[in-house]
Amino acid sequence: MEPFRKLMGIVAPLEALNVDTDQIIPKQFLKRIERTGYGDVLFYDWRYLEDGKTPNPAFELNAARYQGASILLSKDNFGCGSSREHAPWALHDYGFRCILATSFADIFFNNCFNNGMLPIRLSGDVIEVLFKEVRAQAGYSLMVDLEAQTITRPNGEKIAFEIHPFLKERLLNGWDQIGLTLRHEDKIEAYERNLLSFQEKRK
Amino acid sequence: MAKNIYEKIWDAHVVHEPAGEDPIVYIDRQYVHEVTSAQAFEGLRLAGRKVRHPEMTFATMDHNIPTTDRTKPIQDPMSKQQVETLKANCAEFGIACFDMFHPLNGIVHVIGPELGLTQPGMTIVCGDSHTSTHGALGALAFGIGTSEVEHVLATQTLLQKKSKTMEIRVNGVLPVGVTAKDLILAVIGKIGTAGGTGYVIEYTGEAIRALSMEGRMTVCNMTIEAGARAGVISPDARTLAYLKGRPHLPQGVSWDALSAQWMAWASDSGCRYDVMVELEARDVEPQVTWGTSPGMVTGVCGKTPVLAELKDDNARLAAEKALQYMGLEEGMPITLIGINKMFVGSCTNGRIEDLREAAKAAKGYTVNAAMDQAIIVPGSQQVKKQAEAEGLDKIFTAAGFEWREAGCSMCLAMNEDRLQPGDRCASTSNRNFEGRQGKGGRTHLVSPAMAVAAAICGHFVDIRTWEFK
Ligand code: SF4
Repeated sequence: MEPFRKLMGIVAPLEALNVDTDQIIPKQFLKRIERTGYGDVLFYDWRYLEDGKTPNPAFELNAARYQGASILLSKDNFGCGSSREHAPWALHDYGFRCILATSFADIFFNNCFNNGMLPIRLSGDVIEVLFKEVRAQAGYSLMVDLEAQTITRPNGEKIAFEIHPFLKERLLNGWDQIGLTLRHEDKIEAYERNLLSFQEKRK
Repeated sequence: MAKNIYEKIWDAHVVHEPAGEDPIVYIDRQYVHEVTSAQAFEGLRLAGRKVRHPEMTFATMDHNIPTTDRTKPIQDPMSKQQVETLKANCAEFGIACFDMFHPLNGIVHVIGPELGLTQPGMTIVCGDSHTSTHGALGALAFGIGTSEVEHVLATQTLLQKKSKTMEIRVNGVLPVGVTAKDLILAVIGKIGTAGGTGYVIEYTGEAIRALSMEGRMTVCNMTIEAGARAGVISPDARTLAYLKGRPHLPQGVSWDALSAQWMAWASDSGCRYDVMVELEARDVEPQVTWGTSPGMVTGVCGKTPVLAELKDDNARLAAEKALQYMGLEEGMPITLIGINKMFVGSCTNGRIEDLREAAKAAKGYTVNAAMDQAIIVPGSQQVKKQAEAEGLDKIFTAAGFEWREAGCSMCLAMNEDRLQPGDRCASTSNRNFEGRQGKGGRTHLVSPAMAVAAAICGHFVDIRTWEFK
């Protein structure tokens, strides 16, 4: 997995509550058996007009000023609904590496870390400020520094954020979860031996 | 010290807590389906890893498969490829697979309990958010992403942070005509779609104890719609009665010993929770969702919201957007909402008891002429067989409902069963998100009897006033 350390990127606003994974990537695109190739169909139903090809001018992300964005700004309960990891795959494939929201659904939150993406929870007030700023200024960019746990606004002001130290460590190093766990394989084996003797005793 | 069921299961499954890292938790069962597994198997192959315990892993096909004649080839080449990939992966890695021709095939969350694979005290995962369903049997069960599916396949463990616990106590008795579905919708309406985030919810109280196992599964199933990690109900005599005689129970242990072990997982009296929410069962009405999130719900006697009355800006924005998508006016009585499609089925309400309730309401009536389609899709092939043995299929077809093969079907519309833009559907499934049942489709979540009654009348009606024939 590619590590996440610092990210300087254009911010794109997605002003909605409860952005669910069905919206992030509709089910007709879950039939692929690969992890990549989902970027073009990210937010498909919102992003394109009826014909499924023409960009919907009413969808904010389609505006020229947000092209090349790598930071997504949204609101409460982002990523709720289906557990589909296709959602972070699609966001990643499109170019997003960091999502700022007031809250995230659990499964989606975990899925992000398994794909080198950083979801950051910020207070409602801070999110409101960012929404105002991003709309006021074309090319609005933020600097996310995971090591320092800060987001720097164009005016130089820093916003601090919280992250679980282990998740931080994993992202900074791009550690693969399975490899990490297998360092403790002896413990798994010991647990299984216990389980087995418990099952034997039960008979 | 008195412990709740979550604490007991958690403590028994922590393999190791490396300093500064997430605890490694042992997983007793993993269920696998075709949509969220292909990339996990591919990952194993690329890394040269094996499945650590194929015998603890069970696969089914449910999301993509046709609910019409299965002897005909699958039309969509990508669905076909996904189904075939699962079959090949199971063969390669030695995993039992209830493929679409298997007599025990069905929706993963229906067949797990049905086959006795789901048992009290187990940790259960699946690459599917509605894995919370299995908590109804006193298991700790939750959905995971595909990377985690791969992690469990490779290690039989998962990295997990301990959740907080929430008790939702439902006092008293549910009124006649009010079901488990209405109860859980009311709970979501009360705590909100993110109200359970970070928590494992245990349901307790008289009204929960009085629910059948099917009803408990409905409640735990939709717990994910409240944002919770998992929903669980402590095992009791009803749980044991449900499990007795199921095929996949442990062998060589006496029933009494097994029962005692299972019952020991139940929450101790005097145990504690981080948060407690209380509901009075008598206050719950039959529920109908009006919006595009399960929390946008009201009683059947209620109305869609009046925007000016919503104080919170974000809530008003969301309601306005939802009403627009749903093509509804503000302040509109629910019973004036007309429908043209109906779907009874899914892992929420596709079990035998749900079909019995639906049949009771359907008996002696005819589907309204305004309806373009009304389909009934059993949750598993065994449910289908049982329903046919009871003659429920005859009641449905006589009334003009279509009777299908088992599968997820119109719950998420990955197969051919889907809404057209502008269609309005009374659905017993669990998600009313935009486009969930087909692009531009509008979903109203209800209980099985409410769905059937709406299909008969062409609009929503209060099932409490229904004349059962
Ligand atoms: S019935 Fe619906 S919610 Fe349940 S597993 Fe299938 S698609 Fe998911």
